[in-house]
Amino acid sequence: MSASLPPSSPFQSNGSEPVGAAFILKKAVLSALVALGLFSLMVGVRTEAGQSGQLEYWTRFGELASLVGAVFVGSIAVELLRLWLGPRGGFGSFVPASVQSGLSVAGRYLAPALLIFTFLVPVIFYNQRYILDLGILVLTYVMLGWGLNVVVGLAGLLDLGYVAFYAVGAYSYGLLSTTFGLSFWICLPLAGILAAFWGVLLGFPVLRLRGDYLAIVTLAFGEIIRLVLINWQEVTGGPNGVSGIPRPTLFGIPLTPGEGGLAAMLGIPFSPTHRIVFLFYLILALALLTNWVTIRLRRLPIGRAWEALREDEVACRALGINITTTKLTAFATGAMFGGFAGAFFATRQGFISPESFTFQESALVLAIVVLGGMGSQLGVALAALAMIGGFELFRSLEVYRMLVFGLAMVLIMIWRPRGIVGHRAPTVFLEKSKSISSDLVKEGHG
Amino acid sequence: MSSAPILALENLTMRFGGIVAVNALSFTAQRKQITALIGPNGAGKTTVFNCITGFYKPTSGVIRLTHDDGAQFEMQKLKDYNISKQAKVARTFQNIRLFPGMTALENLMVAQHNALMKASGLTFLGLLGVPSWRAAEQSAIDNAVFWLKRVGLLDRADDAAGNFAYGDQRRLEIARAMCTGPALLCLDEPAAGLNARESGALNELLLSIRSDHGTSILLIEHDMSVVMEISDRVVVMDYGVKIAEGTPREIRDDPKVIAAYLGTDEEEAAAVMEAEA
Ligand SMILES: Nc1ncnc2c1ncn2[C@@H]1O[C@H](COP(=O)(O)OP(=O)(O)OP(=O)(O)O)[C@@H](O)[C@H]1O
Ligand SMILES: [Mg+2]
Repeated sequence: MSASLPPSSPFQSNGSEPVGAAFILKKAVLSALVALGLFSLMVGVRTEAGQSGQLEYWTRFGELASLVGAVFVGSIAVELLRLWLGPRGGFGSFVPASVQSGLSVAGRYLAPALLIFTFLVPVIFYNQRYILDLGILVLTYVMLGWGLNVVVGLAGLLDLGYVAFYAVGAYSYGLLSTTFGLSFWICLPLAGILAAFWGVLLGFPVLRLRGDYLAIVTLAFGEIIRLVLINWQEVTGGPNGVSGIPRPTLFGIPLTPGEGGLAAMLGIPFSPTHRIVFLFYLILALALLTNWVTIRLRRLPIGRAWEALREDEVACRALGINITTTKLTAFATGAMFGGFAGAFFATRQGFISPESFTFQESALVLAIVVLGGMGSQLGVALAALAMIGGFELFRSLEVYRMLVFGLAMVLIMIWRPRGIVGHRAPTVFLEKSKSISSDLVKEGHG
Repeated sequence: MSSAPILALENLTMRFGGIVAVNALSFTAQRKQITALIGPNGAGKTTVFNCITGFYKPTSGVIRLTHDDGAQFEMQKLKDYNISKQAKVARTFQNIRLFPGMTALENLMVAQHNALMKASGLTFLGLLGVPSWRAAEQSAIDNAVFWLKRVGLLDRADDAAGNFAYGDQRRLEIARAMCTGPALLCLDEPAAGLNARESGALNELLLSIRSDHGTSILLIEHDMSVVMEISDRVVVMDYGVKIAEGTPREIRDDPKVIAAYLGTDEEEAAAVMEAEA
């Protein structure tokens, strides 16, 4: 058994490096050189297909020069900022204790405030369809984030194929409802169970793998599911997907105009917004269910075993914890929530196709979990809001949207390398619940 | 109560490629006694522990454990988690393995996983919060509090284990092992890195675990003062084989043992001499 020291965060650099003008300049020049290498082809040369299909290209050295210059100046600015902020030890640790405790007080009221606000969103923005749709989208990702958080944040298993379970849930509902005419409320648990089943099926072969290997195999699993959906035309409809998926009903009462619809029954004029509002509360309820179950699971032996597994697998084995079943339950639980979210997605869209379940979705959900602070429920919710909402916010920037977005991500990860909510709350306490600093909490290894 | 020894190793051999770390080793550990396993660095002591606790599958040999009620287990056949769950063997590690990001109390709760898992109806009853689960959880907390008090860490129950001083971590790890309710406790160098005062307290703790709780102890230790003071029997290993076995007094005077230590490490040989004086 080898002694293992806790790996320090790459951003918490050692304080022994000399910080002088020469050092800063050297670093800036290096950064500029890297930028030159990167952008010389990406920006410096513009290629396009000409009228008869021939290659046309022209150079844009001006833009290239300004980009490299910006990197040079930016690098100097960052270094000066670090110098000005104090001893080098990662940006996260600069925050003084008083501010930290202030943040935690704010954190205590943030969650209830956010929840109340979320409940009121359909009331406040009743006439703004765009905001309601965005809210539904954000909540879907909050739910997916919370689901993946069980696997990645609690159990410390890096899963890059989470979208597979989202797809299983969506197709379960889509196919069961269109083929057998089953209602949403029957299909919802079925979708969860089927996704959990696939989670276990995936889990069995991969759980002996660790770290990078696990990540790669789960990534492949996500892609395989998508390819199966594309190629198994008779069942899944192939690239055309499944259409005509029934909309959800309020326990049997459809939200449609005319006789028998909810509006007619209540004697109010029909409006398509009713359905949107209903969907909003539906996904809110599903997300809150996910949250409630996860919070409770954390305080049960299974949840503690997940976290213990993330902390030290060898110690778990010595304490009589069955590693395989513990990992499988984490996979299955996360997959189940993904399946619920998938069923919701199918009923909201009314149409699903393999295109909705690409690796990009997995990466986005994983980014939400990491950005939120692995294991933190509030952090994941905030991250989903920031990522999905922020993405919309930058819509006006058009082509630069991804660039700005990526930059924002990098900055946040420098500022808070362990995510927005980096500390861990104990699951049980005798006298006082003291939050545990992220330096001590392990990230898991496989 | 069964008259068989709690633990019996018969011709245990562990090979790693060309290295024979443990070579046809046989010894017994008596019930409700402290058996020390000593030997120079690299003698194969930790490897023996890893075989007993299922981390290594022995190349050959039998490791037999007999409970008080006569139930027998052959450890080399058990799944790793069943060694703690069924055979009731707990261990600590040479390089401490706590859950650093969890509080001391949480560490001890994880140790009671199997009992709690059952009480929570495999999670389902626990999710609903039925009274029987709540009662089981409370008694698990009480058990944890008992052991925290026992090792003198009760006031730090809500602190992250990773923040504990070295000696406190060692004691917390013992408390965690005891929370599993073991029949046999295997300790890999529990006194390493402790100061004299802490080491004295550890001796008392181990003696009380043996006499008050009836737990048999198998102990790897380099600190000869600890070995001489608390162990009932001593087994000495060198290069994977047993070179001596007997009471601490017999071992202390055994020229083979002194030679083995002298041949490898001056400091430890000096420690042996010192204990003798
Ligand atoms: N997993 C392994 N693979 C290869 N060789 C190993 C392995 N584990 C132990 N060994 C070898 O077996 C021998 C015995 O090692 P072991 O750790 O059991 O010694 P030890 O008696 O516990 O020593 P120390 O007092 O230093 O802890 C050493 O030569 C070691 O290199
Ligand atoms: Mg050792």
